[in-house]
Amino acid sequence: MRKIEASKISDKVKELFLQANFHIGQDVLDALEKSLQSEKSKVGQDALKMIIENNHLASSKELAICQDTGLAVLFIEIGQEVSIINGDYNKAINQGVEEAYQEGYLRKSVVDDPVFERKNTKKNTPAFIYNDIVPGDKIKILVMPKGFGSENMSSLAMLTAAHGAQGIVDFIVDTVRKAGPNPCPPTVLGVGIGGTADKAMVTAKKAIARPIGEHNSNSKYAQMEKEALKKINQLGIGPAGLGGTTTALAVNIDYLPTHIAGMPVAVNVCCHATRHAFGEI
Amino acid sequence: MSEEIKISTPLDESIVQQLKAGDSVKISGYIYTGRDAAHKRLIELIKEDKDLPFPVKGQIIYYVGPAPAKPGYACGPAGPTTSYRMDPYTPALLDKGLKGMIGKGLRSKEVIESMKKNKAVYFAAIGGAAALIAQSIKKSEVIAYPDLGAEAIHRYFIEDFPAIVCIDSYGNNLYESEPPKYRK
Repeated sequence: MRKIEASKISDKVKELFLQANFHIGQDVLDALEKSLQSEKSKVGQDALKMIIENNHLASSKELAICQDTGLAVLFIEIGQEVSIINGDYNKAINQGVEEAYQEGYLRKSVVDDPVFERKNTKKNTPAFIYNDIVPGDKIKILVMPKGFGSENMSSLAMLTAAHGAQGIVDFIVDTVRKAGPNPCPPTVLGVGIGGTADKAMVTAKKAIARPIGEHNSNSKYAQMEKEALKKINQLGIGPAGLGGTTTALAVNIDYLPTHIAGMPVAVNVCCHATRHAFGEI
Repeated sequence: MSEEIKISTPLDESIVQQLKAGDSVKISGYIYTGRDAAHKRLIELIKEDKDLPFPVKGQIIYYVGPAPAKPGYACGPAGPTTSYRMDPYTPALLDKGLKGMIGKGLRSKEVIESMKKNKAVYFAAIGGAAALIAQSIKKSEVIAYPDLGAEAIHRYFIEDFPAIVCIDSYGNNLYESEPPKYRK
């Protein structure tokens, strides 16, 4: 067994949340620059320029890219040969989140009770943690500060086999159409197909972190990604929703086996501030 | 898209009526912040016929919950939040004389009708450009509901805050007029 100190997990989680909130990925920057070249609307171009300038400013001054520094979502792969010592695993992760949000001047956006009290926990915790036990002796951590302007526009459809690929593409495009300007376009769409209602959405969320421009290794799904993206960019919504030809930067689809009776499709919407960071211990 | 227009708060009706959807504006002066939680409290005060914590007549409310300010900064990153969450509360504030709102995203029919009736304007700021927008915020102070943290009502002093007239006082709406031009 490889022993890993719980405090090492806290430190890594903290480092990754700071990185994700200050420094947008190069893939997102490249995609924004590319769309600036092709964008037809003048207002859309101006919005893209502001977004790009903001990303550079945030990175150089270590400021939050967006004031909505999100709920702390983590996807963690834990090697089965790892033993965590001197501390509680979940507490260690939450400790790292709390320190990042406190020391990085990030907004704390978590309320304890969703309906009645809605009292801010003031630590941006609890974190939302998805664990996977895998072979090996490493801990691999993907962090995703998830903003809610876009999260609120997410959607789930329990489709059936008869809907086919076309029904799925239509549902993705329809989700984006209904969201209009609200989720801070140009967006990145994570799509999860198959599994159960819950598993489809978790898969969709993780798919958001796939680098822009990389497609599903199954060519049929890659084709769906391309078709959905093309149709989305024909909706006219544009950057900031003020009209234009850049409504989404990517559609990332992942799929998994499902029940003979169903075809769940989840669309998790992410704003242009598609923030994530990956590290391993 | 016309030339950039400089405006300052408070807004009077004649200025509001000159602003047209699509105008690019730079706003200066004092503005107030508010999100869902603060709006809910303001509406309770209106229902009870009590004074509001700031005079809304002629003012602009910016829908924002800023990140904390780093040392040396007047304000932390502060981009707009999605406006529809404030829709249920907005007409009552417009009836009290609120003249402008800065946010992002769609507004309800009720809000747009109330904007026409009360001669008010809805500005869009670019969502997610929070660090950049914060550069135009020169002063920030909490004037009400400090218990709400980022959701407290702040008073900002802004200089050349960049925004676009999204829905004007005649009901012209960029979110409706622009996308069809680029739709295929």
